[in-house]
Amino acid sequence: MSFWTRHQVFEKNSIILIVGILLVIAIGGLAEITPLFYLKSTIEVVDGVRPYTPLELAGRNIYVREGCYLCHSQMIRPLRDEVERYGHFSLAAESMFDHPFQWGSKRTGPDLARVGAKYSDDWHVTHMTNPRAIVPQSVMPGYPFLSSTEVDPSTIADHMRTLRTVGVPYSDDQVANAAADMKAQADPDNAGTDAFTKRYAKAVVRNFDGKAGTPTEMDALIAYLQMLGTLVDFKLYNEKANLR
Amino acid sequence: MWFLDGVFFQRESAMPQPSISKTMTTSESGLAFIFAVAAFLCLIASAKALDAPFAFHAGLSAAASLAAVFFIINRYYDRPAALPPAEINGRPNYNMGPIKFSSFMAMFWGIAGFLVGLIIASQLAWPALNFDLQWIQFGRLRPLHTSAVIFAFGGNVLIATSFYVVQKSCRARLAGDLAPWFVVLGYNYFILIAGTGYLLGVTQSKEYAEPEWYADLWLTIVWVTYLLVFLGTILKRKEPHIFVANWFYLAFIVTIAVLHLGNNPALPVSIFGSKSYIAWGGIQDAMFQWWYGHNAVGFFLTAGFLAIMYYFIPKRAERPIYSYRLSIIHFWALIFLYIWAGPHHLHYTALPDWTQTLGMTFSIMLWMPSWGGMINGLMTLSGAWDKLRTDPVLRMLVVSVAFYGMSTFEGPMMSIKVVNSLSHYTDWTIGHVHSGALGWVGFVSFGALYCLVPWAWNRKGLYSLKLVNWHFWIATLGIVLYISAMWVSGILQGLMWRAYTSLGFLEYSFIETVEAMHPFYVIRAAGGALFLIGALIMAYNLWMTVRVGEQEVQMPVALQPAE
Repeated sequence: MSFWTRHQVFEKNSIILIVGILLVIAIGGLAEITPLFYLKSTIEVVDGVRPYTPLELAGRNIYVREGCYLCHSQMIRPLRDEVERYGHFSLAAESMFDHPFQWGSKRTGPDLARVGAKYSDDWHVTHMTNPRAIVPQSVMPGYPFLSSTEVDPSTIADHMRTLRTVGVPYSDDQVANAAADMKAQADPDNAGTDAFTKRYAKAVVRNFDGKAGTPTEMDALIAYLQMLGTLVDFKLYNEKANLR
Repeated sequence: MWFLDGVFFQRESAMPQPSISKTMTTSESGLAFIFAVAAFLCLIASAKALDAPFAFHAGLSAAASLAAVFFIINRYYDRPAALPPAEINGRPNYNMGPIKFSSFMAMFWGIAGFLVGLIIASQLAWPALNFDLQWIQFGRLRPLHTSAVIFAFGGNVLIATSFYVVQKSCRARLAGDLAPWFVVLGYNYFILIAGTGYLLGVTQSKEYAEPEWYADLWLTIVWVTYLLVFLGTILKRKEPHIFVANWFYLAFIVTIAVLHLGNNPALPVSIFGSKSYIAWGGIQDAMFQWWYGHNAVGFFLTAGFLAIMYYFIPKRAERPIYSYRLSIIHFWALIFLYIWAGPHHLHYTALPDWTQTLGMTFSIMLWMPSWGGMINGLMTLSGAWDKLRTDPVLRMLVVSVAFYGMSTFEGPMMSIKVVNSLSHYTDWTIGHVHSGALGWVGFVSFGALYCLVPWAWNRKGLYSLKLVNWHFWIATLGIVLYISAMWVSGILQGLMWRAYTSLGFLEYSFIETVEAMHPFYVIRAAGGALFLIGALIMAYNLWMTVRVGEQEVQMPVALQPAE
C-alpha cells in the first residue's frame, strides 16, 4: 500500500485528522517552550532585581493601558550600536517579574529598557504633556490627561496579591502596606518613606509630577520610567558566569 | 432584525405548512434560558463593577443577552413547525443565513479596520491628529486596527467561507440550527467587546491577543461551538473524502484554539474588574506570546486563507487543483514547521540562543511548504490562464497567491539572524506584514467575497466586473506604495541606527532617524487611502449585487430559504 493510499485514513476520518493535527502542532511548541521553564541557564543569576513598588506597578499598568509598548521596546540587543546608544544589553532576569513582558517589537520611539534616571522628572512631565515642546520632531502623542487623573491607592494591594499568585515574590509586609507605600513614594515629606525604602531596595522617593496631594497617573508613570533598567549594578554583574 | 429582511433572511411564506404541532426545541428553550440567566448575571456584574469599562461591557452584555432571548423567541414564532429539512428532493438544503451575515460583517469591519489603519498611519505622519485624547491616541487605536482587520475582517471571511465550503464540499446542510447563528453573532460580539475595550484602555498588551480575560472566555465558548458546527457538518458528509480545503480550515480552527488557550491564561484582579495579570512572566511570557503571535499569522492568516485558495481558485478557474499529492505534503509540512517559527520575533533578545537558532532554522525551512502551496495554487490555472484577461475576480485571487509567495520568501529571509539584526524594530517588519496582509489575505478575501456574495444570495453574477477591475488596480497601486515606502524607511532607519562616523561615534541621534521617516509615512498613508477607496468600491459593488442583481435561474433546491 503506497503512502498516498495510507494517507486516506486522514482523508476519510475527521477525528483521526484532528488528532493528527494536534500531534503535529504540539511538537514544536513543546520543544521550544517547556525547556524555558526548567533549564537553569534561561534566567541569569543577578542581584538587585525586585518586584515593582505599588506606585511603579500602577505606572506600569498605565504604560500597558496606553499601548506604549507599541512604539517603545524594552529590550536592548547585544549589538555594538545598541549598547552604545542605550546601555548594557538587557538580561532575562531584568524582566523576570514582568506579567506581561514589555519587550516590544517596534521602535518608532527609542528603547526604554534603561531610560531610568536618564532624564529629570521635569523633563518627563513636560515631554508627556506635549512631546513637541521638548523634541520638535517627535511623533509621540501627548498625554496631558495623566496629570489630572489620580491613581487609586485602595485597590493596589489586590493587584499585588494577584501578581503573587502568578509568581511575583511580594512579601506579606509589602502587600499589607501597599496603599501607604504608594502615597509615600510620591511624597518625600511622608512619615512612611523610610519604611518604604526598606521594603523596596533602590526605590526612589520623589514628588515626580511636582504637584502636592494624592499621586496622579503622571507620578505613577514617571516613577515606573525612572526605575527602568536601574536595578542591576553592572559593575558587580558577573558576565562570564552567566554566559550561555 | 427587520431592517435586514430580504438581505439575510427570506420570508417563509412560500413554504407549505405541515400540520404537525409546533414546539420549541430543547436548544431553543435551553439557549433562551441560558441567555436570560446571563442577562441577569451581567446586570449584577455591571452594578458591582470596579471600573467604568467593565461596567459598560457588563451592561452591554446584559442588553445583548436580552436581545438574544428576544431573537430566539421571535425566530421561534416566525418559523414553521418543522425545522428546515437537511435535504429537499434528495438535494442538500444549504444553510446560507449565517454565511450572508458573516460576509456582510466582513465587509463592514474591513472598511472600519482599513479606515483606522489610515488614521494611525496619518497620526505617525502628523502627530497632531492624536488630539491629546486618550481614546483615539495611537497606542489605543493601533490594536483596534490590527484586531479589526485580522480578527474582524479576516475572521468573518474565514467563518463565512468555511461554512460555505464545508457544506458544499460535504454536500450536507450545516450542523445545528441555532449553533451557526451563535457562532457568527457571538464572534462579532467578541469583536465589539474587544474593540470598545481598546478605546477605553482595556488591554493585556499581548500583541494580537490584547482582549482581557472576560472577552477571552467568551471567545473560547464561541470558538468551541465553531469547531463543533464545522466538525458536525463534516461528520454528516455525503462524500467519502474530506476535501483539502476542509483540512486547512480544521487545522486553523483547532490550532487557534490551542494558541488562544496557551497564550491567555490570566488571573483577574477581581471578577468585577477588567484588569488581569497573565500567568506567564518575562521570558516565558515572551516565548508564549510569539509562539502565539507567529502562529496567528501561520494558522489564522495562512492556513485558513489557504483553504480559501484551495476551494475558490479551482472553482473560479473551473480547473481541478494542480496536484493532490502536493496538497497533502503542503498541508502536513506547513502545519508542522510553522509552529516552530515563533522565536524569530525574539532574535538577539534575552531569549536563549538555542531557541532563537531553532526558530530561525524552522523559519527558513518553512519557505519550502509555503512555495509548494503557492505553486499548487498558481498551477491550478494551467490551461485557464487566458481567464486572467477577462475575469478580474480570478486575477485578484491569483495575484493574492503571488503576494503570498513574495511574503513567504521575505519572511524566511528576515528570520535569518543577521538580516533580522537590521530589520527588527523597524518599519521593514511593518512592510512585510502588509505585503502579506494587504496583498495575500486582503486580495484572497476580496476574491472570495466577490465569488461568495453572488453564490450565497443566488445572483447570476456581480453587479459590475468593471468596478472589480477598478478595485483591483487602485488597491494594487496602494499596496505598492505602502510596501515600497516601508522597505525604504525600514532599511534606512536600520542603517541610520548603526551608522558610525569616521571617529567612531554613532552618527545619528534617535530623533534624526524619526525625522527621516516622515516622507515615507506620508506615502504609506497615501497607499492605505487607496486601499480603503478600493474597499469602498467593493462594498458598493456587493451591495448593488444583492439589491439589484439578477436572480439566478432558480433550481428547485435553490428556492428553499436558508432560515
